[in-house]
Amino acid sequence: MSLEQQNRRLFTRLAIVAVAMFGFGFALVPFYNQLCAALGINSVERAESAVNTQVDRSRTVVIELDSNTHNLPWRFRPLVSHVSVHPGELTTVEYEVVNVRAAPVTGQAVPSYGPQYAAEYFKKVECFCFTQQTLAAGEVRRMPVTFVVDPKLPKSISSIALSYTFFEVAGRGGQS
Amino acid sequence: MSAVADTHGHAHDAHGHHGGYSGIMRWITTTNHKDIGTMYLWFSFVMFSIGGLMAVMIRMELFSPGLQFFNPEFFNQLTTMHGLIMVFGAIMPVFVGFANWLIPMQIGAPDMAFARLNNWSFWLLPFAASLLVLSFFMPGGAPGVGWTMYAPLTAQMGMGMDFTIFAIHILGMSSILGSINIITTILNMRAPGMTLMKMPLFCWTWLITAYLLVAVMPVLAGAVTMTLTDRHFGTTFFNAAGGGDPVLYQHIFWFFGHPEVYIIALPGFGVISQVIPAFSRKPLFGYASMVYATSAIAILSFIVWAHHMYTVGMPVTGQLFFMYATTLIAVPTGVKVFNWVTTMWKGSLTFETPMLFACGFLFMFTLGGFTGLVLALVPVDIQLQDTYYVVAHFHYVMVAGALFAAFAGIYFWLPKWTGKMYNETLGKIHFWLTMIFFNMIFFVQHFLGLAGMPRRIPDYNLMFETWNKISSLGAFGMGLAQLLFLYIVVSCIRNGKPAAQLPWEGADSLEWTHLPTPAPYHSFETPPVVK
Repeated sequence: MSLEQQNRRLFTRLAIVAVAMFGFGFALVPFYNQLCAALGINSVERAESAVNTQVDRSRTVVIELDSNTHNLPWRFRPLVSHVSVHPGELTTVEYEVVNVRAAPVTGQAVPSYGPQYAAEYFKKVECFCFTQQTLAAGEVRRMPVTFVVDPKLPKSISSIALSYTFFEVAGRGGQS
Repeated sequence: MSAVADTHGHAHDAHGHHGGYSGIMRWITTTNHKDIGTMYLWFSFVMFSIGGLMAVMIRMELFSPGLQFFNPEFFNQLTTMHGLIMVFGAIMPVFVGFANWLIPMQIGAPDMAFARLNNWSFWLLPFAASLLVLSFFMPGGAPGVGWTMYAPLTAQMGMGMDFTIFAIHILGMSSILGSINIITTILNMRAPGMTLMKMPLFCWTWLITAYLLVAVMPVLAGAVTMTLTDRHFGTTFFNAAGGGDPVLYQHIFWFFGHPEVYIIALPGFGVISQVIPAFSRKPLFGYASMVYATSAIAILSFIVWAHHMYTVGMPVTGQLFFMYATTLIAVPTGVKVFNWVTTMWKGSLTFETPMLFACGFLFMFTLGGFTGLVLALVPVDIQLQDTYYVVAHFHYVMVAGALFAAFAGIYFWLPKWTGKMYNETLGKIHFWLTMIFFNMIFFVQHFLGLAGMPRRIPDYNLMFETWNKISSLGAFGMGLAQLLFLYIVVSCIRNGKPAAQLPWEGADSLEWTHLPTPAPYHSFETPPVVK
């Protein structure tokens, strides 16, 4: 085979490689989609959800839930007596309140904490104590408290008592 | 260019046979590898000047915080075109110019394997370059998408984007044809006795580079074709609204883009591997390990692309794989640097301009390699992604790596090409100016990047002002220093002193030992016998 023929043959082979690599570029498209689907790694197709990265999982704090009423004809109790939470974790608990009087009554809940200085680390995001509550005669209501225990909570505190006391708000749908 | 024609004119008279054209038609119709090499070199110098002008304009805008000269859109166009022109118009063609001039002479071949194709490979370039530069004058201006042309921004540009896409197509075609030519020349046209492992390392690095080009330039062509059809023909490769994925573009682009880094660097390694032994008066240390290291770099370059896109949201496993693969490249690169340094060890060194540039290359390229290692680490890269630290890193490998190697090569072979000697004093001044101003521009950009200054933004926080001023002053100086380079080359061609037959004592490849200086227009019509 002459040099010229050899050269032409090599040219043809390399040109085929070049054309094949052009095709390879396009083949990457289905390959990419298949790979992402198989491994489930395409974050573009995954719905975004916010993740709380500020949770201190190294310790647990017990929140004891307590409820009282002050001269109020309501039955008021937490649905659970205590919850265990990690500092930084968003938690919701529920209280149930029943108006046993045959007339509407308005009340206001006031929280208190034990120990008292835990109050500044106990961040309530949503609470029925933020507003006055008016219950119709015989009404039963479940009310949430959403809170975060600040990760800066001193290590010495391993449990916090959260206590609510409902007071009647006079002249607001009440009789007294 | 007429000056160069003069040089060859003498050769022409002496030998009395080529083509039969004169004047401009001689250059348009030439199939001579030396003519084509010369055209490549001048072409890349013209593009280097245009790209350099854009760099100076960028640094003018960044001289002070706030907007001084250009609006942000035009600034983006400048950074985009500076990158594209320097990569595809200046650095790649300059080494193809070297390949054309030197490979046939170094392997004892009369010319390239496909001489007419060679002519066409070159003449595609001015048209592609015109398309690129003309895109500035289109409605909407040149694309301001960055040289990487990421989707989905490419979907929004005006007509200039299409001009750029076609320019990339033509440049790619030119590169692929040139590469096939180089591979065929090296594999089929070697003189008797010139085994592959006896070739000068420059030929080896080009052989491997040419394979890389054939493998990845078509992939880039595919990526920009997809961009084009997304823009005009309703496909949705990268359009999320139609089920496409913009991140896919980055994968395809960097599958081309990382080997491209070595396409730019490897021929420079080859030049340095010729220059350092010549001025050390010793054979290259570890020739075989150089060949294997070059091959290893080329192969590894295919599996590291995603280190350019750590922050796209890939899984940690992917990040780890690409981080390990990337750091692995430091091993063969380290072998090469070790071999260059060991070649100089106990050599009888002299420091003429080519050697100065080679030493500058050695220091600065290695520094760029180290910052590359820093950026290869995922946690660091997430912090430094798209800051000036990245800009500093890749300019250390592109400018102080590839460009310094090109300067070293030009000063080294200028006597062989022209038969004249350049002014050594001016050459050394050119080196020191380039070296000092280069570091003035880019060393401080490491600090800017670490402090968090983002790249590709025309404005910046007041606290970055001092380093930016220094960087801009360096850029103006570096630009002026290249005018000195032009003067040195032109005055060498016009009225340089005749060069000695072997101007560099230690140069030992065929073009020095078997051919007169200047190299005759036709060389090795009967192949030399290599012992």
